[in-house]
Amino acid sequence: MTEGFVAPQVELTKVSKQYGNGRVVLDALDITIAKGEFVTLLGPSGCGKSTVLKLVAGLTAPSSGSIQVDGMTPTNARETVSYIFQDATLLPWRTVRHNVGLGLELEGVNGSRRKDKTSTLLGLVGLEHVADAYPRELSGGMKMRVSIARALATSPRLLLMDEPFAALDEMTRDRLNEEILRLRAQEQWTAIFVTHSVAEAIFLSMRIVVLAANPGRVHAIVPVEFPFPRTAALRSTPGFGDLVLRVSRTLREALPQ
Amino acid sequence: MKRRLVTFGNALGVFAALLLLWQLVLWIFRVPPFMLPSPWAVARAVVARFPSLLTSLSITAREAGGGLAASIVVGVIIALIFAQSRWVRRMLYPYTILLQTVPIVAIAPLILMWVGAGEVSVTLIAFIISLAPVIANTTQGLVSVDENLVHLFLMHNASPQQLLFKLRLPNAVPSLFVGIRIASGIAVIGAITGELYAGSSRIGEGGLGYSILYASSQLQTDYLFALVLAATVLGFGFFFIVMFFEWYFLHRWHESARTPDTE
Repeated sequence: MTEGFVAPQVELTKVSKQYGNGRVVLDALDITIAKGEFVTLLGPSGCGKSTVLKLVAGLTAPSSGSIQVDGMTPTNARETVSYIFQDATLLPWRTVRHNVGLGLELEGVNGSRRKDKTSTLLGLVGLEHVADAYPRELSGGMKMRVSIARALATSPRLLLMDEPFAALDEMTRDRLNEEILRLRAQEQWTAIFVTHSVAEAIFLSMRIVVLAANPGRVHAIVPVEFPFPRTAALRSTPGFGDLVLRVSRTLREALPQ
Repeated sequence: MKRRLVTFGNALGVFAALLLLWQLVLWIFRVPPFMLPSPWAVARAVVARFPSLLTSLSITAREAGGGLAASIVVGVIIALIFAQSRWVRRMLYPYTILLQTVPIVAIAPLILMWVGAGEVSVTLIAFIISLAPVIANTTQGLVSVDENLVHLFLMHNASPQQLLFKLRLPNAVPSLFVGIRIASGIAVIGAITGELYAGSSRIGEGGLGYSILYASSQLQTDYLFALVLAATVLGFGFFFIVMFFEWYFLHRWHESARTPDTE
């Protein structure tokens, strides 16, 4: 862990979100995420999990209630936040290297420091060999690695991940899950992760918030107590299997009847 | 590469067959040369009057090229204004359609009246006729940016300038080229049509359109054919130049610019 690295705390208080057409997406949501915690939002589609991330990122405003990231409004806290989308959302006209450096470039970090940081991250995600390739030459898993590297390049203290591995095959997804944990072992950023894969949620997080849909609300909170560092072997332990069953059952209860 | 050669060979074969058919029609129906000259006579006209053919070609190329260049510059600027807000687009877009639907043969006499005959008014006509596709396609490219990419930029507190120059403009380049490709074709047509009205301020000297008119009035049908041939060459030339730039700027990252040979 880096000296002086303080991960933020995220607090949602009675947050509701209603769209113009009257549909209530989130209803009086109360979630507190501790400093350095890895929380997964799990729930059926339509439960507003992605909306929660957008609210924390300040990309959309709540209809009522308040959201604080380290005591700041989401928009003011953006400097410390990175967002990983479901698609890799790379700029197709930039090489891998320049995609990874995008955040730094937008934030005005000068060329040589940007280059150092970009190279370090490309090494970290194992992509040095394609640094000068264009996104269309990469596989889905590699694109997602670029996206992760780009998110980490700006040294975020809060990472918001919106189903980042949903489009990938299972093997790639498992590998990237392990990689996420390995990367997080170096700098314990706070993480909010959205998925509808139960196994992924358990493998990654310290706490799972199960949401129910229509309107989106907290259905249950399941702590995940497997110690870190977690490795691929965890998935084949009986304890892991039991928890998958239990969380799946909870998730089924949360489904609309 | 081999497949390409075969394709080229086939195209050449079709060309030879067409020439033969042309010659046969002349023999069988005994068409007088002022109605339809033989391929050989056209070839002779090309060689014999090559300098004046080249002069006409370069005049028209200048007019079409100037008009196209102007419509690219002006079109991109207008598209940038359109991209600012939906409100601006709603207010001004109908005029773009107006620009596209106004028949050039109808306004050419007006331009001739206002600007006078010569290269300037023909360039102006080529510009007006080729402007709309540049505006429409570039606007489309500037506006249709993946919402998540915009969010990504916002997460890094990107300025409006950064959003424009690092996201919207590069995103619009492929559709800008679609616009330029369409515009390049009609700029040539616009220049030639324009010359029919406003081609030259001096008798006997002018671009392809003017010379076509002049040759037909003199019943120099073989030279007229040579001029039509030159107009076709010009159209092809514009098309290939645009294609080259499109390939140059896009082949590294954009699917549309990949050569079919890489399949």
